[in-house]
Amino acid sequence: MSTDTDTDLFSDVDLSWEHLKNRLFLGVIFAASMFGVVMLALLLFDVATDFYVGLTEYNISLVDFFTRDGSRREELSGFRGAIVASIMLMVLVTILSFFVGVGTAIYLEEYAPDNRITRLIEANLANLAGVPSIVYGLLGLAAFVNGIGMGPILLAGAIALALLVMPIIIVSAQEAIRSVPDGVRNGSYATGATKWQTVRRVVLPAAIPGIMTGTILALARAIGETAPLIMVGAIFINRMPYGPFDRFSAMPTTIYNWANEPSQHFIHLAAVGIVVLLAFLFVMNGVAMYIRHKYETEV
Amino acid sequence: MSTKDADQSLITTDVQTGSRDRTDRTHETVVKARNLDVYYGDEQAISGVSMDIPEHEVTAIIGPSGCGKSTFLRSINRMNDQIDVCRVEGDLSFHGKNVYDEDVDPVALRRKVGQVFQKPNPFPKSIYDNVAYGLRIQGKADEVDLDDAVERALRGAALWDEVKDKLDSSGLDLSGGQQQRLCIARAIAPDPEVILMDEPTSALDPVAASKIEDLIDELVEEYTVIIVTHNMQQAARISDQTAVFLTGGELVEFDETATIFEDPDDDRVEDYITGKFG
Amino acid sequence: MSTESHHESGAGISGDGPVQADNEANRRARRILFGCATITVLTTLAIFFVLIDNAASYFFGAKLTEMLMGASPEQTVTFTEFFTGTRWAPDHATPAHGAIPIIFGTLAITVGAAFVSIPIGTATAIYLSEYAPDSVRSKLKPTLEILAGIPTIVYGYFAIAFINPVLVAPIASALFGINMGRYSLLSGMLVVGIMTIPMVSSISEDAMSAVPDELRNGAYALGATKFNVSTRIVLPASISGVFASYILAVSRAIGETMAVTLAAGFTANLTANPFGEIMTMTAYMVKMARGTTAVGTVEYQSLFAVGLLLFVMTLTMNLLNDWFKRRFQEEYR
Ligand SMILES: Nc1ncnc2c1ncn2[C@@H]1O[C@H](COP(=O)(O)OP(=O)(O)O)[C@@H](O)[C@H]1O
Ligand SMILES: [Mg+2]
Repeated sequence: MSTDTDTDLFSDVDLSWEHLKNRLFLGVIFAASMFGVVMLALLLFDVATDFYVGLTEYNISLVDFFTRDGSRREELSGFRGAIVASIMLMVLVTILSFFVGVGTAIYLEEYAPDNRITRLIEANLANLAGVPSIVYGLLGLAAFVNGIGMGPILLAGAIALALLVMPIIIVSAQEAIRSVPDGVRNGSYATGATKWQTVRRVVLPAAIPGIMTGTILALARAIGETAPLIMVGAIFINRMPYGPFDRFSAMPTTIYNWANEPSQHFIHLAAVGIVVLLAFLFVMNGVAMYIRHKYETEV
Repeated sequence: MSTKDADQSLITTDVQTGSRDRTDRTHETVVKARNLDVYYGDEQAISGVSMDIPEHEVTAIIGPSGCGKSTFLRSINRMNDQIDVCRVEGDLSFHGKNVYDEDVDPVALRRKVGQVFQKPNPFPKSIYDNVAYGLRIQGKADEVDLDDAVERALRGAALWDEVKDKLDSSGLDLSGGQQQRLCIARAIAPDPEVILMDEPTSALDPVAASKIEDLIDELVEEYTVIIVTHNMQQAARISDQTAVFLTGGELVEFDETATIFEDPDDDRVEDYITGKFG
Repeated sequence: MSTESHHESGAGISGDGPVQADNEANRRARRILFGCATITVLTTLAIFFVLIDNAASYFFGAKLTEMLMGASPEQTVTFTEFFTGTRWAPDHATPAHGAIPIIFGTLAITVGAAFVSIPIGTATAIYLSEYAPDSVRSKLKPTLEILAGIPTIVYGYFAIAFINPVLVAPIASALFGINMGRYSLLSGMLVVGIMTIPMVSSISEDAMSAVPDELRNGAYALGATKFNVSTRIVLPASISGVFASYILAVSRAIGETMAVTLAAGFTANLTANPFGEIMTMTAYMVKMARGTTAVGTVEYQSLFAVGLLLFVMTLTMNLLNDWFKRRFQEEYR
């Protein structure tokens, strides 16, 4: 058969415009998809150059940066107090939110009857995840800092952050618990185990990698949170905290402080601080991915 | 024998089928069903089943898929409690005690009635911990020599020689047949009275399946075995008694295995055995 | 096992046997776990209570709790002033309590951000779900996830150190001859738009991927192009899921704090000039918290009035989002 007949056969429909539209559309949505990527690249590039310029032109010494606390004077400012505060916050947030969060997830997945109270708890959980983080700061301010008179201490900030990340921990722990196959539960029940024995000895050990991954990701969210800490008064503090009852300024609040200063030196200090904060996030995400990967290849 | 159980019916078995060739023995009923109905919501899965299951014998339950075999098995150790929509009516007693009575604790019941499932379901733990599990949760770990009990259970499940050098490796690393024998070891380690098996070989290759069949033959010396299978040859080979369920959850015939396979009363059973349907 | 030993204890399956302790432990665990589960509910109640209690003293001069104890309310700030007044300066020597400028600031940022995130996020979702080859998809998706995982303070920095001085200010001076300050409404809109792109794209893509292939094949069999299928079949079929993602992005933009604070500033101007400085509700809260605001002052209480309004706005959005999500699930599961 000749090619002429082929063209003749379909020559009554002209699809070139349809195909052109399709190609134009693809061009537009591809460009739009790249917008986010370009912005991410610009952001990282900007932080990286400011970091570099900070080290070279503003002579920010990394050694000083890690060994000095904050200061009103730019050339004396360091990040040690902020780093220590953030690490202490992480520890406290873990203690405050992990057990309660995992406990809630166990209750909802294993124990909760299908009734109004359970549905209320589930619906409330979805709603809490959408509450702006600054509102948790207001709660911390009114209930803990002033309400029970804690003052603007690290523990108050940790409570606000713990309540903030609790829904994230609960939801990810629920998913991890749900992914444990029912066959394994039945094996345990058929051996004469109570529900609690089954949960503690079979379900939790199997779900723990997933729970850890979710918790670390939730902590990664907490370590970058700024607004709740500002609301509980974690700002303009230069001293390193020595315990949960000290006043503090964490990494993100210190970065905010510096970024808001008119002086270019401070702006570049903020860039160096951001690099440190992003390094923390990078490591935390890496650990979470490692646990997930290891777990996936095992099962 | 205690007098408490005097009301229990005694039945005599005399089987000459297949590999099973036991001498005449009088066996006491351990599980007794009377007019048992089981529903899932509005749908009835078991209707009016009455059955006396004797101790220290292998009782096979056969029937086409969906006829309620698993449901019946689960109503013995109350695993049906795990299913929200499931409802049980009628009597099902264990040593004369209705297991659906208020004062019966399913946890206590399951410590006497173990189960092996269709799909091997070892815990994501070491082989040792899998077998020791029942003893540990039942608080028997301190009373017995755990290592010894684990070894005995693994020997009982004919798995010891294959795993004795790797008790610390994960139960999930074993082959399918080994996993199923591990599950049997897990079920017998805490020394229950009855072992329920729900198509324990259907997920296994023929060699692994025949190992389990041999094993069942030995288990019945110490335990009462109730096994669901839809492999009729298997039922004929390993069981003393056979119950035939047909669609609708009805128990059509329950008799000595030889009778069921050679001279059943019910035509539907004959049709089923000879492969006319099912 | 001998037959006798089994029978000595009868059936031995009642709850008062050796399992009693285990059952007791189970009941205890259940109670404790239920206690854990109530904490999230208590958190919500506490948020409500704290906001309303303190907002009450802003409007009525006495906290809710104080009123219950017998304090008589006297209107200090009228709702009319709060919701219609156009000057916001509770901390000023001659205070004014018109929240319009900060409500406007929040809405302006939200609308502007939506103009960035909705078209770009939707286009990205269509590209990912309908067009992208696996090799691109497997790189684009995690890249957008990184965008979602970057802390808002870093976006704030990006705005104040890059978007505003390098992108927006040159445009303002070159095209309009405006000499811009450190902050601008436009950079706030842009930065919040950028950070909400991943929410729109990932949730919309999930919705689009859930559209069954039979629908697509039906259209292809009629000679439709990919463009036809994407816009006429997939998008309409997933529209409630896509709307849910828009609402989530809007809700997030309303509550967004650090990026807008650093991008758009702290001056409660009632202006739509994209190169001007404005103040959002959240920025006001940060501004107050940065100062040494004493407990019990009107400024302190105003924090909670604004916070309550913010909470109600985002709660409305979340309920709306829930409604769309449920509709989508009813359609496709
Ligand atoms: N968990 C369940 N929920 C609802 N119906 C069920 C459930 N399990 C079984 N059924 C129903 O009960 C009937 C018997 O099922 P089953 O006992 O599993 O049969 P068999 O084991 O003989 O194949 C079937 O009609 C099945 O659909
Ligand atoms: Mg079955």
